Amino acid sequence: MKIYLDNSATTQVDKEVVKAMMPYFSEKFGNPNSLHEFGRDAREAVENARKKIAEMINCEPEEIIFTSGGTESNNLAIKGLIGEKKHIITSKIEHPSVLETCRELEKQGYKVDYISVDKEGIINIQELKRKISNNTLLVSIMHVNNEIGTIQPLEEIGKICREFGVLFHTDAVQSFGKIKIDVKNINIDLLSASGHKINAPKGVGFLYVKKEIKIKPLVNGGGHEKNLRSGTENVPGIVGFGKACEIADKKMKEKEKIKKLRDKLIQELEKIPGTRLNGSRNLRIFNNVNVSFSGIEGEALVLMLDKEGIATSTGSACSSHSLEPSHVLKAIGLSDLEAHGSLRLSLGWENNEKEINFVIDKIRECVDKLRKISKNIEV
Amino acid sequence: MTLNYSKKVMENFLHPRNMGKIENADGVGKVGNSVCGDILNLYIKVGKKKIRGKLIEYIKDIKFQTLGCGAAIAVSSMITQLAKGKTLEEAEKISNKDIVHELEGLPPVKYHCSLLGADALHLAIKDYLSKNKHEK
Ligand SMILES: Cc1ncc(COP(=O)(O)O)c(C=O)c1O
Ligand code: FES
Repeated sequence: MKIYLDNSATTQVDKEVVKAMMPYFSEKFGNPNSLHEFGRDAREAVENARKKIAEMINCEPEEIIFTSGGTESNNLAIKGLIGEKKHIITSKIEHPSVLETCRELEKQGYKVDYISVDKEGIINIQELKRKISNNTLLVSIMHVNNEIGTIQPLEEIGKICREFGVLFHTDAVQSFGKIKIDVKNINIDLLSASGHKINAPKGVGFLYVKKEIKIKPLVNGGGHEKNLRSGTENVPGIVGFGKACEIADKKMKEKEKIKKLRDKLIQELEKIPGTRLNGSRNLRIFNNVNVSFSGIEGEALVLMLDKEGIATSTGSACSSHSLEPSHVLKAIGLSDLEAHGSLRLSLGWENNEKEINFVIDKIRECVDKLRKISKNIEV
Repeated sequence: MTLNYSKKVMENFLHPRNMGKIENADGVGKVGNSVCGDILNLYIKVGKKKIRGKLIEYIKDIKFQTLGCGAAIAVSSMITQLAKGKTLEEAEKISNKDIVHELEGLPPVKYHCSLLGADALHLAIKDYLSKNKHEK
């Protein structure tokens, strides 16, 4: 049995999505910028996908800029903003594609404030308000955290940004297609999303840029995507992304089913002594579990579970390159030791109860085994 | 990339040898790495055996406890196997390179895990020697 519980890292491309993409590799291979029929077919497909995506977040199709994914969208949103103002506010728990972009801007003379979060991972709203000044250009706060699944109060942040007249960007890579987002209601000016987190292929994403906001491109060239992102469009990828959105729109209604499985996982894992749930109990995306087990190291557990055919993660896929404890778990107040003992399980639409029961048993076994190796160790 | 371990590493990780604690150990080596947070406790029991008519001290028993990554557990298991039965003089010469070699390699980011094993062994021997000051 192979069980995939790492859907926050990436998801399986839906069969319907693959089917929708196929023609755009072969008979409909045209360049959407060409004038002939091949080109027109490709253009039509790209624009249909754009329309579908715009509909999902309640914006105009012209406000959607296709990119290569979440990382590029975050870079474009933050680096691309034009303005006299040189102050950015973000949070301590953002994805590296936001944090590292901000650090880069700091080197160029920008001032960046990294807002703290409480023990559930919710940003400190008072601190946010205090930090906003006349020089503030942008507030960039993620919607759902990729490690602990905490959902930020976007409405409240949007309201504050409107009140103070600063721009608001959100990294919605982990929420787009799972939680309904209305950019007009929430007052979002820029929003990043990525295809491969919602059963579309890797290498396609978008940035929503509100009409009246001026940004400059990071990639110059033939002037594609309203001159904001040059390069011939990734037509099959965009078509797949559009199809995945259609499917996600319908599947969002099934989230109660996944939430039930998620809750069962949490409930059963918490019965293991020395377990703590990381993140929020209520303000948590329906497919995320993040727990720490005392006396074990996350990597060893992931490795052991992998041997049992269960794919999980210690935190985020990116941080498996580094030995340092997760910046997110540190920000919510975990000690280094607790942070090292974390395990993330992120469910997908295809998971079922039988799998979850098996996973619970195996985690219990593996935690036991690893605890025998570290039994009574002196720190 | 983290999961890119050799067969030998996986085998030692999944079935570690010489796990546990030695009560009344003759020497203890405790090490940790502050960045990755991994900890290793190593216990040795020293005995004497006759080699070419001389009584030589050797590692009669060795056990470990590890809170760490897969590599750290495999390293712990390997160091105990390498050191068991060796004279103290031989055991002192076991280096982290020997461990890596015996484990058929470690991914570059995991190289430091092998240091943990070698350091713990050397500390345990030092601990024994400091408690038993006598001419060799
Ligand atoms: C919150 C968040 N932002 C951004 C990204 C980057 O997206 P992509 O992999 O499409 O570049 C990810 C995923 O890795 C993510 O989880
Ligand atoms: S990661 Fe540090 S000892 Fe293995």
